[in-house]
Amino acid sequence: MNWIIWLLPVPPLLAFGVITLFTNKNRGLSHVLGVGAAGLSWLGSMVVFISALGVEEFGKHFYESAINWLPTGETWLRIGVRIDPLSAVTLFFVAWTIFMIFIYSIGYQNYGQPEGDHDQPGLPPHGATVSEHGHKHKVPSVEPMYARFFAFLGLFAFGMYTLVVSNNLLTLFVGWEIMGLCSYLLIGFWYGKPSARNAAIKAFMTTRVGDVFMLLGIAYLYSATGTLTFSEIFTEEMLAHLAGISTPVLGLSGAGLIGLLLFIGTVGKSAQWPLHVWLPDAMEGPTPVSAMIHAATMVSAGVYAVLRMFPLLSLDSGTMTVVAFIGSFTALFAASIAVAQNDIKRVLAYSTISQLGFMIAALGIHAYVAAAFHLVTHAFFKALLFLGSGSVIHGMEHGVLHSGDHVDPQDMFNMGGLRKKMPITFWTFLLGGLALSGFPVLTAGFWSKDEILADAFGHGHLAVFFTLAVAAFFTAFYTMRQITLTFLGKARSKAAEHASETPLTMTIPLIVLTIFAVGFGWIGVPEHFPLLGGVLPNWFHGFVGSTLAEHPEALEFSSIPLWTSIGVALGGLLLGWLVYRKVGSVKQDFLQIPVLKNKWYFDEAYDFLFIRPAGWIAEKFTYLFMDRRIIDGILHSVARFSLFLGHAFRNYFDKPVVNEWIGDGTGNLVKASGRGMRKLQAGRIQAYMLVSMVLLVLFALLYYFLMA
Amino acid sequence: MTIPLSWYLILAAAIFCIGLYGVLARRNAIAILLGVELMLNAVNINLVAFWRYQDPAMMTGQAFAVIVFAVAAAEVAVGLALIISVYRRRMTVVADEIDLMKW
Amino acid sequence: MTAEQIVFLLTAGAILACAVMVVASGKLLHSALWLVAVLFGVAVLYAILQAGFLAVVQVVVYIGAIAILFIFAVMLTRRELRDHGPQTRAAWWLPATLGVLILAGLVFLILGMPAVNRLPAALPEGFDGVRVLGTTLVSPDAFVLPFEVASILLLAALVGAIYLAGSGRKA
Repeated sequence: MNWIIWLLPVPPLLAFGVITLFTNKNRGLSHVLGVGAAGLSWLGSMVVFISALGVEEFGKHFYESAINWLPTGETWLRIGVRIDPLSAVTLFFVAWTIFMIFIYSIGYQNYGQPEGDHDQPGLPPHGATVSEHGHKHKVPSVEPMYARFFAFLGLFAFGMYTLVVSNNLLTLFVGWEIMGLCSYLLIGFWYGKPSARNAAIKAFMTTRVGDVFMLLGIAYLYSATGTLTFSEIFTEEMLAHLAGISTPVLGLSGAGLIGLLLFIGTVGKSAQWPLHVWLPDAMEGPTPVSAMIHAATMVSAGVYAVLRMFPLLSLDSGTMTVVAFIGSFTALFAASIAVAQNDIKRVLAYSTISQLGFMIAALGIHAYVAAAFHLVTHAFFKALLFLGSGSVIHGMEHGVLHSGDHVDPQDMFNMGGLRKKMPITFWTFLLGGLALSGFPVLTAGFWSKDEILADAFGHGHLAVFFTLAVAAFFTAFYTMRQITLTFLGKARSKAAEHASETPLTMTIPLIVLTIFAVGFGWIGVPEHFPLLGGVLPNWFHGFVGSTLAEHPEALEFSSIPLWTSIGVALGGLLLGWLVYRKVGSVKQDFLQIPVLKNKWYFDEAYDFLFIRPAGWIAEKFTYLFMDRRIIDGILHSVARFSLFLGHAFRNYFDKPVVNEWIGDGTGNLVKASGRGMRKLQAGRIQAYMLVSMVLLVLFALLYYFLMA
Repeated sequence: MTIPLSWYLILAAAIFCIGLYGVLARRNAIAILLGVELMLNAVNINLVAFWRYQDPAMMTGQAFAVIVFAVAAAEVAVGLALIISVYRRRMTVVADEIDLMKW
Repeated sequence: MTAEQIVFLLTAGAILACAVMVVASGKLLHSALWLVAVLFGVAVLYAILQAGFLAVVQVVVYIGAIAILFIFAVMLTRRELRDHGPQTRAAWWLPATLGVLILAGLVFLILGMPAVNRLPAALPEGFDGVRVLGTTLVSPDAFVLPFEVASILLLAALVGAIYLAGSGRKA
């Protein structure tokens, strides 16, 4: 069994490699490889999951396998895989959603359609002119960078699988970072659009801020414990040891500080306030990407990380308070923004942020199982909603091309009446929306959200309970607003009139996800629920709860949270329908309050506080001052000095000494001596004779005095 | 028969040195030849003196002196011919000015 | 002081004085004429040395031919019968010093010769100098070869001189 777990991340990685290196030009082969890889991993995940179901006391006898990886002196840093109940359910939804998204992408990227008239790689496809039975009309065109999309999705899937199956913080972080990279690559998929490029950078930078703190937490954890493997950290002795370390930061214990640092990573990755700003902008990517990142995988990874580290985080009440606060604040904050958004995907983006806030808040109040439950159900219905919105946009684009009415296909105020044009999309989207709102009993969202509210109320966290209830009300309200504007009523533009249903590759994943969005809740019905409790065992509670050392108790039933939950859900839905079924255009929407529309001006604030100063530092300080003046100044002065030395050497040594003194001097000396010696042979014989006479006398004297 | 040999030898040496001075110090080429003549005559005096004072029966000294006469005559003839020829060409007989055979 | 010595001294003095005039005269023609005087003196010296033939030959050849030749050459090597410029080189003191030195050296060497002050032996009875000289010059075991070579030398010099100094010859 363990070898299957090791192999789960491999097929998508291979698909990435092969598509990038070899099959980039062949669209069909690329998507076959991509979908095939996702399918293989899905199959492996199902095998693992089903076998995990069959294990008694899986929480204690989970699957784990590790190898020695990095030699660290006497010991080794080990890495490996681990499937315990938490990662088993996570694996379940990750495998399904990734597989569905891969299949959906075939249709979304218009496989099989003709190539566009002026389609360029880097820009979204703009339609191709086709002439059929005599007249020309435009049809959607295939994405020019089709294969590249599947390659990146494969890499993304690899990152997520790695994160889910790892048994240690290091490989979890590796998967985390790979997903960060892929979010950059995929949000900026249409790199020809400046807005997409900026959004990609924003996403990467913002999550990076969180990642830095997370890395600090991991480093601190390693230095305090000497290990990064979960099973070694979550022993009683180790936890007690960590709780005993006192740190100078805010009076937190060691465990609390590590937990807080790791949590900051989640704040970035799961787009909680204050690092939420990247997620709405990330809607620039193609819709399958939005589904992948914002529903199925990446943001879920943040919550998964907190769930994983829960034994550590729960040790320090200070950290838990921070967690609960940020979660509930984000839930309400994001929901308030969502009611004023007009882009179909933006509503869903803020909705994601809000729902993640729910999960984080649940974790902050020690509602482990509830948070895990909501994570899984949210993954399904949010993926469903995103893919559904993609289907809507696709239909609208078809309508735009068909009618020639060039409106923004994503603006809800251009839609309307799509119920009749796109029935499958409508019904699946409706069920997904109801699940999001927490429609009682029928949908999975109800069960998970209700459990969170019940936990909050039951353990006395009334502030959290109240905040989450209000946020749930807003959730239902904007969801119904969205459905009403998009599907109900009459078409508000020509494009909407000519919209058509999307192909099977897109609608079948919608249907599959709907089954889960509706049915998954049934495995988590609380025991003491009136009428229904006890009929179906609360399998989820028992299974996932066994991950923790202390199995959390089942909650006593209280009717207040139940009625609150039902009330806000139905009330929000009704109110939304009532208000918006009459609204014909943007001007009639009274909720277009500037503060809400502009996201409480956080982007502007961050721009002022961080972006501009960073830009100033980069431009004026680092570049102009340090680089140009100081560093270049040093270089220039070195150059000038060398030049000076060179000149000095030339002018004061080379020319006078070497050239004149030695060079010319030797020549002049020879010339002068030659000139002098030339006089010896002037052609005047008397001079010659004189010389010989003189020498004769000299030799004679020499001879006489020295020799004779 | 009463003159010591040394008188003749010293006289010859003196004439020789005067002739040497004339060769080295005179500007005109012909004057140089005059000096040469003086030197040759000094040599002759020596030769004849030694003939008389050594062994008058052996005529070597006088024979030598006769040959010297002949050689001197030949030399003067050729030398003056040369000087005249040079004078015709260079219009000068100053030895210092006849310096074409220089470096 | 015998008469012979006195004659010798007078002759030697004359020769020396005339020799000095040869080399010191400012006029070239005078130099040539002073040479004639010197040659005469040398002839007298030969006579005193009882080499009568040589004295006569000296007068005839040296004075009669060579000195005349000198005078002709002097006349032929000037456009006008006047001397131009100084006749002595500027640095005349060097040859003068040299001459003095060499004279001193020679005198020193002469005086160091063994029996340098000897007197000549008397000539044998009936000594015919001319006859003996003539015999020496033509006898094969004496000096006939140098004699003949000298005559060839004279011939060569004759031809050469005529050729060199011949007029109308392009030099």
